[in-house]
Amino acid sequence: MNAKTRNKIATTGIYTLVSIVVIILFGILGNILVSGVPHLSWHFLSSEASSYQAGGGVRDQLFNSLYLLVLTLIISLPIALGAGIYLAEYAKDNWFTSLIRTTIEILSSLPSIVVGLFGYLLFVVQFGFGFSIISGALALTFFNLPTLTSNIEQAIEGVPEAQRDAGLALGLSNWKTIRGIVLPAALPGILTGIILSAGRIFGEAAALIYTAGQSGSTIDYSNWNPLSPTSFLNIMRPAETLAVHIWKVNTEGIIPDATIVSAATSALLIIVVILFNLGARALGNHLYRKLTAAKS
Amino acid sequence: MQNVNEAPTFIHQFNKDDQIISTQDLSVFYGGTVQKLFNASLQFKKKTITALIGGSGSGKSTFLRCLNRMNDKVARVDGEIWYHDLDINKNNINVYQLRKNIGMVFQKPNPFPKSIRENITYALKANGEKNKQKLDQIVEESLRAAALWDEVKDKLDKSALAMSGGQQQRLCIARALAIKPEIILLDEPASALDPVSTSKLEDTLKQLRTDYTMIMVTHNMQQASRISDYTAFFHLGHVLEYDTTENIFTNPKGEITEDYIRGSFG
Repeated sequence: MNAKTRNKIATTGIYTLVSIVVIILFGILGNILVSGVPHLSWHFLSSEASSYQAGGGVRDQLFNSLYLLVLTLIISLPIALGAGIYLAEYAKDNWFTSLIRTTIEILSSLPSIVVGLFGYLLFVVQFGFGFSIISGALALTFFNLPTLTSNIEQAIEGVPEAQRDAGLALGLSNWKTIRGIVLPAALPGILTGIILSAGRIFGEAAALIYTAGQSGSTIDYSNWNPLSPTSFLNIMRPAETLAVHIWKVNTEGIIPDATIVSAATSALLIIVVILFNLGARALGNHLYRKLTAAKS
Repeated sequence: MQNVNEAPTFIHQFNKDDQIISTQDLSVFYGGTVQKLFNASLQFKKKTITALIGGSGSGKSTFLRCLNRMNDKVARVDGEIWYHDLDINKNNINVYQLRKNIGMVFQKPNPFPKSIRENITYALKANGEKNKQKLDQIVEESLRAAALWDEVKDKLDKSALAMSGGQQQRLCIARALAIKPEIILLDEPASALDPVSTSKLEDTLKQLRTDYTMIMVTHNMQQASRISDYTAFFHLGHVLEYDTTENIFTNPKGEITEDYIRGSFG
């Protein structure tokens, strides 16, 4: 067998394997979209879920998913940003730092159901938050922090050392160099990390079943008082998200159109995640161009 | 390790009044034990260009980075560095203030991923300068001083990354000039540039000599002989010879210096 033949076999092999991956991915995506999209309608997006009749929607679930996402990011982003900056810029290479890194790796591979049960014991029971949005957001923060932290750390570490040298050589302090030069240069990467983790949060079910709960309370979208129990902004109310809704409809749902509802909800979930990803790219490129003044 | 005659063959000295910065027994250790520089004692004259030459690993860049404390994070530096009657190698020195007086230009051009204007104004703004007119004036002055004004005056708000390597390096010089340093340290500033850009850069440096003191690490012998007034030869962490550039290149006193100069000239 000569080199040319061997090369051909290797190339064919690689292309075959890639095709398998692509076919599986497009198969899943296509299946979900084809079976779900036809059932998506304004009515589906804008009406309440029904508990035993056909024709219910996912208005509250969609809002809850987005609200939980925003709350989770508000809690986890500052922490992850601080931790990422510390690990990338300040941490010395010693046993303590490697301990932190190992812990983060272990945490990021923690099964989400374990995070959910932990959140149940700590936030729902111990802290007495009950099944609530805040319990869910805190559990999701635990779930999200490790990945977000290492994404941010990598984005910051990706900024060339020469940029830091340049800042320091101009008499800027370490912090000013990080804040004014390193962070803006790392921003597109940080943003990608945030949006990717947003996708993960958005699709998470297991961590929420025992924390944010599975029941939707009656929500009033005209009630802007976050302390009122019926307000859509109240963080102490139980909230079922899209992903949890899919799980519930398929396990204990008694609505006659369960298949249709779960197919449409799945499609909606996927579409929103795809939008996140596209949005992340567009925003990242836009910010990078703006920050580097490359536009004009 | 190769056996080195540690005693320098000749070290040029200046009157106290002519000196702007000098080192006394400067030694650098990496990781606590690995010594990269041995008792370097050099004096630098005001408003001259001094070239630091020597092979790879000879300690010339290490020495240069000591002068504005850029080694702080990576190495231990023993000895004294005198700048205006102040030992700047002491712990209580404000290194940020120091680096405003002793600027630095690096081997690879490293403009910020910002516009040309912002590259120059960023450090000034961070230090509290808000007057837009004054900022504009400094931008023009520094770009003129770095011989870049005519090339970029119409695209100050375009990305610095869109410029050529040579222009980027001159922007880095302009950026260093904008904070009005007395001394500019240059770490092989032309090594990443093509011959045309290199020659432009050298012209710029020669013009700057009337106002600034420059200390430049270079691998390029011709460059050292073309633009520097004094030359220090480093070998395996020791300064072996320091003299006028003319003497170093035409009449070196040490054998190793002579070998290095000859070898480099081919």
